Amino acid sequence: MKLAGILLLVAGWAIVLSAIVLLPAPVGRAVFVLAGIAVELLGLALMVSSHLVLNADKG
Amino acid sequence: MIIQPLTALSDTSAVLCTLLVFMVPMACAGLALVNTGLGRSRSSAHAMLSSLCVLSIASIVYVVLGFSVQGMSGSPAHALVMGGKVWNWIAAEPVFLRGLRFDFSPASLTLLLQIFSVGLAALIPLSSGADRWRLGGACVSTVLLAGWTYPLFAHWVWGGGWLAQLGVNYGLGSGFVDGGGSGTIQVVGGLTALSITWILRPRSGKYSRGGPAAAIPAHNIVLVLLGCLFAWLGWLGLNCAGAILFSNVDPSRVILIAVNTTLSAATSGLMATAVTRIRFRRPDASLVANGWMAGLVASSAGAAFMKPAAGILVGAVAGILVPFAIDVLETRLGVDDAGGAVSVHSIAGLWGLCSVAALSDLGTQSGSHGQWLAQLVGVATLLGFVLPLTYGLNWLVNTVYRQRVDVEGEWRGMDLHELGSGAYPEFVVHSDDFIQS
Repeated sequence: MKLAGILLLVAGWAIVLSAIVLLPAPVGRAVFVLAGIAVELLGLALMVSSHLVLNADKG
Repeated sequence: MIIQPLTALSDTSAVLCTLLVFMVPMACAGLALVNTGLGRSRSSAHAMLSSLCVLSIASIVYVVLGFSVQGMSGSPAHALVMGGKVWNWIAAEPVFLRGLRFDFSPASLTLLLQIFSVGLAALIPLSSGADRWRLGGACVSTVLLAGWTYPLFAHWVWGGGWLAQLGVNYGLGSGFVDGGGSGTIQVVGGLTALSITWILRPRSGKYSRGGPAAAIPAHNIVLVLLGCLFAWLGWLGLNCAGAILFSNVDPSRVILIAVNTTLSAATSGLMATAVTRIRFRRPDASLVANGWMAGLVASSAGAAFMKPAAGILVGAVAGILVPFAIDVLETRLGVDDAGGAVSVHSIAGLWGLCSVAALSDLGTQSGSHGQWLAQLVGVATLLGFVLPLTYGLNWLVNTVYRQRVDVEGEWRGMDLHELGSGAYPEFVVHSDDFIQS
């Protein structure tokens, strides 16, 4: 789960960079930048929950 | 408005800038005091010694390697061409400052400011690793931060890198703007702090299965509040010097920057006082101190480009946000961050970056929604590149050199375990918070 979180963080950043390079239209660019950040937040949530599980296992 | 790189300073500006840079170590001193005061008494000498070691290592590593990675705007760099645009990724300066003239030039002043700034960034994770982070682990982590993570992102923002060029290349406002380092210094340090709390895991006795998180109070709140006052002075220098050197702001604007910095910290501290007064029926001194620091952190990015009313708003939001963020991270998300560094530096720093688009003159110019995009790309880079990088590097270090002290060391306290003597030898240190029923 931790690795999936990290991969989502990086994937979200890749979406943001791709949006800047590939999409000249302001609206499309903004939508994809926001989508990339949403993916990053999902990755962050996975990272947080994976560490919560680790802490709970440790007691 | 495109921000042009600074190429030269008049004699008066250079002297003013030098004096401002000389104030920045006060921010380091303040943060060290805050970190130490918010930790346990049995680890306080260790916390202060760690601060000194971390500052020393950060400055040496930055001089040897970091500055060659960061470089200056307009100096040699490695670049890629993507979509017909030049993406400047990393500087190509010689290591060990070869070729740099030590005079009043912008390059030499930038070097001096960055030596202090990288130290400030390196101090931030010490707070989240309090009471369990071995001195050796903190030092190795600092080498990675000062030699690679910090200078690389700083190059992108302040060294003429691709984030700074978003305005020129893609018409996104003025490009990513971070005058005093809300993102470059504070969020980078704060995300490293988050990585460290995850890697070290919580302090023994902090969380029990099914029970609430145990409160481990600050051992010396006077140190914490004194640290806040020192930090104020240091931040005045940091925000003013950063704006002149990195955003090419006219030196006459230092008054506005100082006013905005002070207003932001003051409002944030007062809002944290009000929030804790309402929630707990009396002000919580440690959360108020965190609120004050959050106001300073949030002010850094846009203090040079805001009206004082906007500075007040920046501080107000930071002061409301941070006490709740500290509570949620500690009690709901299992982040044992003794000094609240993740909330104060990451969350308030991210808010500071967004405030440039929402409240500054750059962001409110007509048709400048591009500034919002530029700031969001910077935020996405911090979350999607810097966090995985700093987490991965510290995880790798932890696999070959265990960063957390053993249970025995944590029980005795870092002072006795690693230094052989305590900070307050005449006081009795209670250890019953480790006894679990």
